[in-house]
Amino acid sequence: MKSEYDVLIVGGGPGGALAAKAASENGLSVCIIEKRPAIGAPVRCAEGIGEDLISEFFDELDPKWISTKIEGAKLISPDNSCFYLSPEMAGNEVGYVLDRKFFDRDLIWQAVEAGAECYVKARAVDAIVENGAIKGAIVEYAGETREIRASITIAADGVESKFSRYCGIDTTVPLRELETCAQYLMTDIDIEEGITVFYVGREVAPEGYLWIFPKGKRTANVGIGISGTQSKNGHRAKDYLDKYIKEHFPEGKTIELIAGGVSACEPLECTVADGLIIVGDAARVSDPITGGGIYNAMYTGRLAGQIASKCIKSGDFSKDKLMEYDKTWRSSKMGKALERNYQIKEVFVKLNDKQLNSILNSVSNLVMKEFSTLTLIREIVKLNPKLLKELTSLKKYFE
Amino acid sequence: MIKVRREVCCYCGACISVCPEGALELIDAYLSVENETCKMCNICVRVCPLGALEASDEE
Repeated sequence: MKSEYDVLIVGGGPGGALAAKAASENGLSVCIIEKRPAIGAPVRCAEGIGEDLISEFFDELDPKWISTKIEGAKLISPDNSCFYLSPEMAGNEVGYVLDRKFFDRDLIWQAVEAGAECYVKARAVDAIVENGAIKGAIVEYAGETREIRASITIAADGVESKFSRYCGIDTTVPLRELETCAQYLMTDIDIEEGITVFYVGREVAPEGYLWIFPKGKRTANVGIGISGTQSKNGHRAKDYLDKYIKEHFPEGKTIELIAGGVSACEPLECTVADGLIIVGDAARVSDPITGGGIYNAMYTGRLAGQIASKCIKSGDFSKDKLMEYDKTWRSSKMGKALERNYQIKEVFVKLNDKQLNSILNSVSNLVMKEFSTLTLIREIVKLNPKLLKELTSLKKYFE
Repeated sequence: MIKVRREVCCYCGACISVCPEGALELIDAYLSVENETCKMCNICVRVCPLGALEASDEE
């Protein structure tokens, strides 16, 4: 481990890996530090991603990255009626359930092949700040505390990001906007291969949803996210999940338990500072409706690596110069979707079970030429004009 | 003070993201609480998906 690099990346998830790859390919010296002892483990994710989204990054997908191809989805309302999105109507929403243990490792592998250095069990314990600019991190590694200086530091340390806090940026997720999640990898369960299932309703998953993401024959990620404000003793994410599993998969076998938080808040007000770029979950760019974050992390990570390269070549790492990163992602398709989906989430999270039943029943016979979260919500609003009346702030998205 | 039930905690970090004081941290795959920084708002206790954190009267 050297004491100075062009770019230091805190966190070895997909955001950090893509940032490292992009910066290394541009000829910069890059160091990735990951606090956990292994890349890709433990994975805190339901592992789903749209085919069109992942294809933005790769000409070809390695088969070992993919657990299952997804071709349809079922949405189960509180009264147990089912809205089925068949493959024909699923349009651009088909996708994959990844095997992130392989996927994340390969992303880092690609970054290292491009020239980056990677150190695991290396933890940033503070930022180096000089005249208000971030100049790297104090890192604990192999029993020693050392300074690693860098022209630009990229915070890619996930939802529990501490590095941005060390730099003086408040990254606290409001309690009501944190989805507290638990997930089992289960086997020996009756599932439809290639179909994801989503349950909504206050009894099943208050202010969140429960998911089944197939991972192969009779195997799936079965998980749940509920709002932080709904979580309390005896009513935690794991309690709701255990209740569901007892009722639906009593014979199923659990081979893994993971837990975690997903932010459903607005992105950070500003995702750069002098010498600092914040990406992925650390920047709070996971989707507020679905909680999906893999694509957003990869997109912001790659962009951060590219902008960092540009700025380093120009010799200017100031906030003003790095603002190109912030402006670019906010005006991108992803940035606009985040803004819109946050407003939609704010409305849907307040609906009671009766309203959810009525809304989902209204779309049960719907045939859509193409499916996306937006087209589904657009149809829901069209069929429930009363809803739109309450949602004046959302009108611009649906008129 | 906040007590971590290590036999339950799986070091997911959900508590870290909501702590307004930044009093929680993962160190060597263990969750650590800086009790001098903690203001005992108990948000971390509430948000833990597994119930691994407890507010305790012990000093």
